[in-house]
Amino acid sequence: MFMIFGIPGPLLFGQLLLGLINGAFYAMLSLGLAIIFGMLNIINFAHGALFMMGAFVSWMLLNYLGIGYFPALILAPLIVGVFGIVLEKTIISRLYKLDHLYGLLLTFGMALVIEGLFRNAYGSSGMPYQIPPVLQGATNLGFMYMPNYRGWVVLAALVVCLSTWAIIEKTSLGATLRAATENAPMVQAFGVDVPRLITLTYAGGVALAAFAGVLAAPIYSVNPNMGSNFINTVFAVVVIGGMGSIMGSIITGFGLGVIEGLTKVFYPQASATVVFVVMVIVLLVRPRGLFGRTA
Amino acid sequence: MTLTRRSALASVAAAATLPLVRPARAQKPIIKIGVLNDQSGPYTNTGGITSVICAKQALADFGVAAKGLDVEVISADHQNKPDLAVSIARQWFDRDGVDMLLDVPTSSVALALQSVVREKNKVYLNVGAASSALTGSQCSPNFIHWVYDTYMLSKSTGGAMVKAGGDSWYFLTADYAFGKQLQSDTTKLVKAAGGKVLGSAPYPFPGTTDFSSFLVQAQASGAKVLGLCNAGGDTVNSIKQAHEFGLNSTMKIAALLMFITDVHALGLDTAGGLVLTESFYWDMNDHTRAFTRRVLPKTPNNYPNMIHAGCYSATLHYLKTVAAMGAAEAKKDGVATINHMKAMPVEDDCFGKTRIREDGCHMVPAYLFEVKTPQESKGPWDYYKLKVTTPPDEAWPPMAEEHCSFIKT
Repeated sequence: MFMIFGIPGPLLFGQLLLGLINGAFYAMLSLGLAIIFGMLNIINFAHGALFMMGAFVSWMLLNYLGIGYFPALILAPLIVGVFGIVLEKTIISRLYKLDHLYGLLLTFGMALVIEGLFRNAYGSSGMPYQIPPVLQGATNLGFMYMPNYRGWVVLAALVVCLSTWAIIEKTSLGATLRAATENAPMVQAFGVDVPRLITLTYAGGVALAAFAGVLAAPIYSVNPNMGSNFINTVFAVVVIGGMGSIMGSIITGFGLGVIEGLTKVFYPQASATVVFVVMVIVLLVRPRGLFGRTA
Repeated sequence: MTLTRRSALASVAAAATLPLVRPARAQKPIIKIGVLNDQSGPYTNTGGITSVICAKQALADFGVAAKGLDVEVISADHQNKPDLAVSIARQWFDRDGVDMLLDVPTSSVALALQSVVREKNKVYLNVGAASSALTGSQCSPNFIHWVYDTYMLSKSTGGAMVKAGGDSWYFLTADYAFGKQLQSDTTKLVKAAGGKVLGSAPYPFPGTTDFSSFLVQAQASGAKVLGLCNAGGDTVNSIKQAHEFGLNSTMKIAALLMFITDVHALGLDTAGGLVLTESFYWDMNDHTRAFTRRVLPKTPNNYPNMIHAGCYSATLHYLKTVAAMGAAEAKKDGVATINHMKAMPVEDDCFGKTRIREDGCHMVPAYLFEVKTPQESKGPWDYYKLKVTTPPDEAWPPMAEEHCSFIKT
């Protein structure tokens, strides 16, 4: 068996792969955040809570209506997306003229309220959600034992991330969206309903979070705190990638997952902090983030 | 009447005597119980508001009013932060007149409060925290540990694993006071039985949700047993993910601290067949069922676990002691109250007849349960089969090994 830095090679490859899997979640969540920030200029701190809602909605669909995992993958993001539209129309839209900080405070408060409501109704221990039968079991890759479900998560995350990127960068809808980000009054003058575009963008970002939530439900316990565990790391990912950069958040998401995975092998105690160490270094060297646009 | 300097002085003097006069003709003293635990974080279901409900149930069952006592229960959320807990406790003792501190899960928090309670000479009945240091190197004459500690968990669950042939271990450990103590207690036990520890992964607490890296390392170590030195949501997530990675087919999982609420969260499909240790199970006998029937209407979604039962039992015994000593005496001296509690035999629905040892261990037996499979479970929360009972003298650490400073040897 060959060794790399005193660690058996197979173990290291295993950890790289696991890092990619975690990175898939970071990428999906930070992508949604980046889109929302780019379009609405809102730092959406409620993102973690909406991720949690995605998981809970899929749990409710299964337990109250008997709707299984695969339909939930479509339905839960839709339901949470509609909830996002309600939030944007009734509350968030009032803050567009104010400083970023107000949006941050408001969404942070919303996150606390949403999590509190779920904690009140379902407690903190969480709910079981089984892996769908088709994706149960594991494959022996030679260097590690790979659960099929995790493989599916990486695949699904990659497809969703890349198609989101393609929609924004390569279609006419995406072009309008990007134009509205640059100069909203001008785009409105061309007859585009910009407020509606903003609402739909928020719903889209939120739906991405909910989609990640459904993917996470069988892996983590479905509990009200599952989002707040992720959200700090995901914000660091967005900052490192460059606020508002789409491809930046995808690449950084996967990349940081890998860095975190490797830290878990060499010095597990630091695995919660390593992302923030990277963030500090990046901010010192490139304050706009790795993929951020220059002013 | 004009205000002269003399009359003003006289009225000030009269006012100054007022507080002195008042206590002399005060009504009966109010006994205050402060439940301090996690009410919003990972340990909400294992303690939380259900602990408060169980403490209040003890008031009702004891019939405080009929016994002529004035008792009040207050509670607060310590968010698992030692600094916050210390400032709440100081405020309770100094301003609100709290006499007894109850529950207090999270070992780091529980240890931080030990010196505060001793300094103020109050009563500290700990139910939720696990560290065996609380009655060992960090012991206090103001303290009783009510239902379990890390020594008991390692002895009962760990001992059963070693007996079943699990002689090589890998630990997954929450990197704080509780996890480290549990790992060290279990390591001692494994080594004493001739087994060996092949490695451990101390992960950051709180905030770790993904355990896959550690699980793969554990698998690569070739150990026979995966020892989980964690609690609550962390335990649930690590067991869930261990199943995903097929660890349950190559290793035995020893969840060293697990409550019935965690079993509920995992579901019997995943949890079935695991062994765990609690000192209370709601469906144990007629008494425990009667207790559960009384509290369940107030906490329908959260069946009582050993911590909740412990909060009830501790409060009930405290009230009996206060009634015997007189409320004024009990308020005055925490150590005297604790000594009185140790001298009196304990009896209630949850734990039957027990006693409290002089170092502050409430001598309850440890029960090793096996979690039922979905086929074996007959109804809601019908989860446990009793496998082994460890008698109290073996379940709690031997006094000679504890090195508790206030006990003269």
